[in-house]
Amino acid sequence: MITYPVFSYQKAKKPQRMVNHQEKQTPIIEVKGLNVRTREGEILKNINLQIPRNKIVVLLGPSGCGKTTLLKSLNRLTDLHKELQVSGEVLIDGVDILKVSRDLPIMRQKMGLLSQRPFPLPVSIYRNVAYGLKLKGIRSKDLIAHSVESNLKRVGLWDEVKNRLNSPANSLSIGQQQRLCLARGLAVKPAIILADEPTSALDPISTKIIENLFKELKEHYTIILVTHVLRQAVRLADHVVFMYYGDIIEQGHPDDILKRPQTEVLKKYLVDGN
Amino acid sequence: MNRIRRITDILVNVWMRAGLYLLLAIPVLIGVGLYWKAAPIIGGHSLSDLLFSRQWFPMKGEFGFMPFIYSSAYVTVLAFILSAPLCLFAAIYLTQFGKHRLLQVMLPVIDILAGIPSVVYGVWGVLVIVPAVAKYVVPLFGVVSSGYSLLAGGVVLAVMCIPYMLNMLIEVFQTIPVGMKEASLSLGATHWEMVKHVIIRKGFPGILSAFGLGIAKAFGETIAVLMVVGNTLDISVSPFSPGYPLPALIANNYGEMMSIPDYDSALMFAALLLFVIILVINLFFRYFIHKTEKI
Repeated sequence: MITYPVFSYQKAKKPQRMVNHQEKQTPIIEVKGLNVRTREGEILKNINLQIPRNKIVVLLGPSGCGKTTLLKSLNRLTDLHKELQVSGEVLIDGVDILKVSRDLPIMRQKMGLLSQRPFPLPVSIYRNVAYGLKLKGIRSKDLIAHSVESNLKRVGLWDEVKNRLNSPANSLSIGQQQRLCLARGLAVKPAIILADEPTSALDPISTKIIENLFKELKEHYTIILVTHVLRQAVRLADHVVFMYYGDIIEQGHPDDILKRPQTEVLKKYLVDGN
Repeated sequence: MNRIRRITDILVNVWMRAGLYLLLAIPVLIGVGLYWKAAPIIGGHSLSDLLFSRQWFPMKGEFGFMPFIYSSAYVTVLAFILSAPLCLFAAIYLTQFGKHRLLQVMLPVIDILAGIPSVVYGVWGVLVIVPAVAKYVVPLFGVVSSGYSLLAGGVVLAVMCIPYMLNMLIEVFQTIPVGMKEASLSLGATHWEMVKHVIIRKGFPGILSAFGLGIAKAFGETIAVLMVVGNTLDISVSPFSPGYPLPALIANNYGEMMSIPDYDSALMFAALLLFVIILVINLFFRYFIHKTEKI
């Protein structure tokens, strides 16, 4: 039985790097002319998008419109799907992730991923959160233990799991697994959180916990959230991007997009969605 | 209408249950049948003599199965050592690194390899592997061998096991959710780290299953190994020595020399041994699969 040192919890500090005013104005992600296609056809068509820092950006649109593909293009998880051909630019803090090769794992660590369904790694709860830290080269057991504890506390999971950190992660409920995945992502101190319908498999209580977490986290992180739920977009979004058949149709402040839609397709989507 | 549906339901249920019980009964009946036929030799000799004695003189009534068990275990382990890493890395490459088209080409090739009759593998072993061992491998070690050896048996068995293990490993790796791979990569893992920490770990029970299948297949294989292994009673650590595995003993002698007392029973005991060893191998792997599935 491994015992882990317990530390007093301190609220996570802002990321170490100082962000000056000018930097705050520049988008953290800039997508230029992004095209994703398969042999069958185009999935994303000439996407141009700027993601502002420390905001929740909601990607909205009907199923199959390319939201998830866009999200996965941002950290190049499209590489796993060999049938996809990706072209264009995806600049993360000015660096085109589509062109990096050796530093790809480091670039990916800047973006925590929260999937539609939680995918805990096939190890214990503790090792799930410690995984990214070890990949980062952190070897200090104390540092890892501290990070595990603070991130589990941050997602409100510590009290539920502190006595069974060595248990398999898949022994947790789906809601707990999703929070574990969030804690795991936060442990590597990303700047961006990519969330692909993270509450679609959760009950209302777990959904509320995740949504509240997102509201807290946006102070320190940029969150890109794919959702089908209009009410969730209303509750969380600082910026809404509406997609349809691989195109961005409209984007802007939620009040403009959700209350004063300009295009017929968005109007229809909102009416049907409501 | 309701009555017909109800009767159909009952009949289908009975049919399925009967099929299941029949399937379960087959290994039990085989085991009981073999034990019954082997009973004279089990009754007439101590079990330790039968299992651990090296003396095989049927005319004198001495039936020591040690050389046969040793040869079977030797060629099986050799085949496993040669084929398991190859299959594991090939399956990882095909499912995680290679192009999808390569996998599509390989799958029918693997099926064809699995469908080749074992006698064909045996002939290939006699024509290619045995001369290759005699001409190219044996001189490297400064020993004398005709090429009909445990090594030749191991190589032929390894080739025969590859399609079974590879097919199963590919299926295992394909079932691992993409989301889990994405989770690992998004945390900063390289592709190999993802394979090591997610694919191999998550697929570990399946890997064990595939290896168990390969070992059981190798242990029970008869014709191909019989043709290349030399069929000589010997217990030697050298892979260039000939051997005489259990299945070869049964296949070579069943129906022959039945005038020798207890010989028939001894061959049935060999079959029972083979049956029990394969059962134990399967149970052993089942146990580890069960253990690792909990993670």
